[in-house]
Amino acid sequence: MEKKEVSFNNFEQCIKCTVCTAYCPVVPVNPRFPGPKQAGPDEERLRLKNKMFFDENLKYCLNCKRCEVSCPSGVNIADLIQSARRRYSAATPTLRDTILANTDIMGHLARPFAPIVNSMVAAKPVKAVMDAVLDIDKNRTFPKYKAHGFVGWFNREARSKQAAYSKKVAFFHGCSTEFQHPEVGKAFVEVMNAVGYGVELMNEECCGVAMIANGLWKQASRHAKHNVAVFEKMVGEGLPIVATASTCTFTMRDEYPHVLDVDNSKVRDSITLVEKFLFDLIDAGKVILVFKKDYAARIAYHIPCHMEKLGWSIFTKRLMQMIPGVAFTVLDSGCCGIAGTYGFKKENYKNSQEIGRPVFEQIRALAPDFVCSECDTCKWQIEMSTGYKVLNPIVILAEALDLPATTAANRQ
Amino acid sequence: MKQEFDVIIIGGGITGAGTARDCSLRGLKVLLIERNDIATGATGRNHGLLHSGARYAVTDKESASECIKENMILKKIARHCVDDTSGFFITLPEDDLGYQATFVKACTDAGIKAEIIDPQEARRLEPSVNPSIIGAVRVPDGSVDPFRLCASNVYDAKLHGANLLTYSEVTGFIMDQDTVRGVKVLNHRTGELGEYHAPVVINACGIWGHHIAEMAGAKIGMYPAKGALLIFAHRVNGIVLNRCRKPANADILVPGDTVCVIGTTSTKVPYEECDHLQVTPDEVNLLLSEGAKLSPVLAQTRILRAYAGVRPLVSADNDPTGRNISRGIVCLDHETRDGIKGLVTITGGKLMTYRLMAEQATDMACKKLGLDVPCATATTPLPGSEEGGIEKIFKNMWTMPTTAQKATVGRAGANVSSIPLSDEYEGSVVCECEEVPVSEIDSAIKNMDVHNLVDLRRRTRMGMGTCQGELCGCRAACILAKDRDVVAVRNDLKQFMNERWKGMYPVAWGGTLRECAYTQWVYSEVLGLNES
Repeated sequence: MEKKEVSFNNFEQCIKCTVCTAYCPVVPVNPRFPGPKQAGPDEERLRLKNKMFFDENLKYCLNCKRCEVSCPSGVNIADLIQSARRRYSAATPTLRDTILANTDIMGHLARPFAPIVNSMVAAKPVKAVMDAVLDIDKNRTFPKYKAHGFVGWFNREARSKQAAYSKKVAFFHGCSTEFQHPEVGKAFVEVMNAVGYGVELMNEECCGVAMIANGLWKQASRHAKHNVAVFEKMVGEGLPIVATASTCTFTMRDEYPHVLDVDNSKVRDSITLVEKFLFDLIDAGKVILVFKKDYAARIAYHIPCHMEKLGWSIFTKRLMQMIPGVAFTVLDSGCCGIAGTYGFKKENYKNSQEIGRPVFEQIRALAPDFVCSECDTCKWQIEMSTGYKVLNPIVILAEALDLPATTAANRQ
Repeated sequence: MKQEFDVIIIGGGITGAGTARDCSLRGLKVLLIERNDIATGATGRNHGLLHSGARYAVTDKESASECIKENMILKKIARHCVDDTSGFFITLPEDDLGYQATFVKACTDAGIKAEIIDPQEARRLEPSVNPSIIGAVRVPDGSVDPFRLCASNVYDAKLHGANLLTYSEVTGFIMDQDTVRGVKVLNHRTGELGEYHAPVVINACGIWGHHIAEMAGAKIGMYPAKGALLIFAHRVNGIVLNRCRKPANADILVPGDTVCVIGTTSTKVPYEECDHLQVTPDEVNLLLSEGAKLSPVLAQTRILRAYAGVRPLVSADNDPTGRNISRGIVCLDHETRDGIKGLVTITGGKLMTYRLMAEQATDMACKKLGLDVPCATATTPLPGSEEGGIEKIFKNMWTMPTTAQKATVGRAGANVSSIPLSDEYEGSVVCECEEVPVSEIDSAIKNMDVHNLVDLRRRTRMGMGTCQGELCGCRAACILAKDRDVVAVRNDLKQFMNERWKGMYPVAWGGTLRECAYTQWVYSEVLGLNES
């Protein structure tokens, strides 16, 4: 069928129902932000008239994509906003933005001095200096860098064992698994091996989401092109690209073509999250999970915004509910407010906490053993703001599985 | 109001508005009478093309050179109404590339800068252009907002003492044997009859001037040529696109404000139809199929509405389409022509040459009044026009302006200083598609002769965007109802929504139809507008 009414990011399909603005977490806390409908499809018409109509207040968009999830007309509202920033913003990234955006470079720089860096960024005088000089809010708790990364562990402990598996996946670990939470990567390898899949790493670059958020467009596009090329090679060899971070997954699938104009059509459908990957296998009867008899936990599930956009939280819910002994509560859908690097910035800190308040309050009221979430920045925000521990579902799964029994069950 | 004037001008289109301004700048006591609102006839129903004159260079050299002169004047005196986009005359494989040389020579002879550019370069400068072009010529075309231009002329005329009567219809002339002494007027809003006197009456009624002249016993052979156009929901092109061939149907695509407009058709219609024009399915099909040759993406772009106007052509020969009739200005002294003293008709011409038409009519009026005052409209900027453009204005006003603030500057130009935009209520947006804030609506209601929501739309662009009044109609009605009868405003809201629907009906499919269905739900089911 011939495609009718084609427009950039579908903006002309907007019928001005304004449900996106009702769902936007920024609108109620920041009057300077015009709201997704106005910032997206409405102002796009003025920007097409003349780029001088671009509004720098679009930087207040979290890019949480809740507007897109709510849109009944299929308009890529947040993509329109990010593309407008890319095409028209006159603002150049500050030193602070560059530091926050380069999650990978900062990780490499910080790692050799991890104990010093961690205690420094936690020290009040240093926080005060960062607040004053860099506009990084002093109330923010920094995630801890680990002295030993995931890739180093994999090379030492796991790589040699992977050749034994005939079925394989390519693992996109992302920056935070490498630098802050190697346990996520370790859990991934354990679970995949137990269900009969070998793991291969790739020469990956940071997905670029923080660069998109901070206006480092060229660098983000460079990373996107690099990753797409690497993925194409892997997919060509028959390996799916599996990740544990919802935001990296979403960025590589959707932001590459929509915001950065990088064509990922050959690999997009092969980029998946481990929860979906596992569920599909279990659903098809190809994989069996065997759980520990004595595992018990009360878990509250916070669905990250980009998980909502992917529409894949159902897979995590189903997987978690398979675990006997788990009391599983899904929190009301809402943004935690951090949005990657957004909440680190002094000008956004207050709004960031205000946006996340309903999520924090619900967690405190539930008082679970811990919170489950696929996104590491949500983890940082919720742990800092509520004191509750947040675990990636794959870590919970690795803990709950009877790994030897699972390995045996999947060997037949 | 005093009933004695130096000159009475009938017709609140751009010609009448321009003439009222010219007369009042020359110190005359002016009354401008319009039976509807300003800019309701052909003024508000055209392309909004700021002609370079290139379109007429080959076929009508006189009009062409008038156009380029006025083009350069308007770029100076009406900066806030004009978008200097430049234009291309493109040659498609089905066209004769040989015409290009004839065209460029004719343009040069008429004083229009016409530069042949490489098709590759043309595609780079205007990515929406048909990629199969084999030739392109760049000319100084642009776009002009006819509503804003008309309102600015009226506003300036009033600043210089002119009086305006809208919704007032001339029912006859006050005659003293063979001399026109004034006009009899029926005010449609109050139902009152009035008589106004002046030694000179100028008939500036476009196609309706035919009837006005008849009332005085004169006959003008007018040729009512209907032209239909389509408005697309956003700017597909940044540069005006024309076909490099003899003028024909649907061969101009003009980017105007937030939209673009394809047109036109040309068919003779009877006078009785001029007040009730409908766009036919055949016209829509023709506009779409020809338009897609200029810019193929038009075939897939959402259409906001269809509309039609009537060109006030003065017939010279027996041309069945009107394409060959000169667009030249016709200024008739009915004293020498028909023996009727005190009556002047200014007609023919184009939106583009309104200022020159006004100058000629005012010259004739001055001559009849025995005055010798030079015309100043070619050099006196309209209120709002300012050097440096809108970017300079908003940068002077705000450090980090919002799009709505910029959009208001884009419409009001330098007049924005009289529109308060700083507090939260004043700056909050009424029309979200076109970003029209409360204070701009307020200011238009107070200062710009707004009697209903449709008038308000013509002054501010409110309701002209993608949703066609869905969000702003009821909000604007609330503001309008502050000092007026609520029941009347409620009826007015119905009329406003029906007027929006009239233009959407001929193109009601796809996104436009969804929008209509949603709007219908909001207004009849949620707001209960259908209940009496």
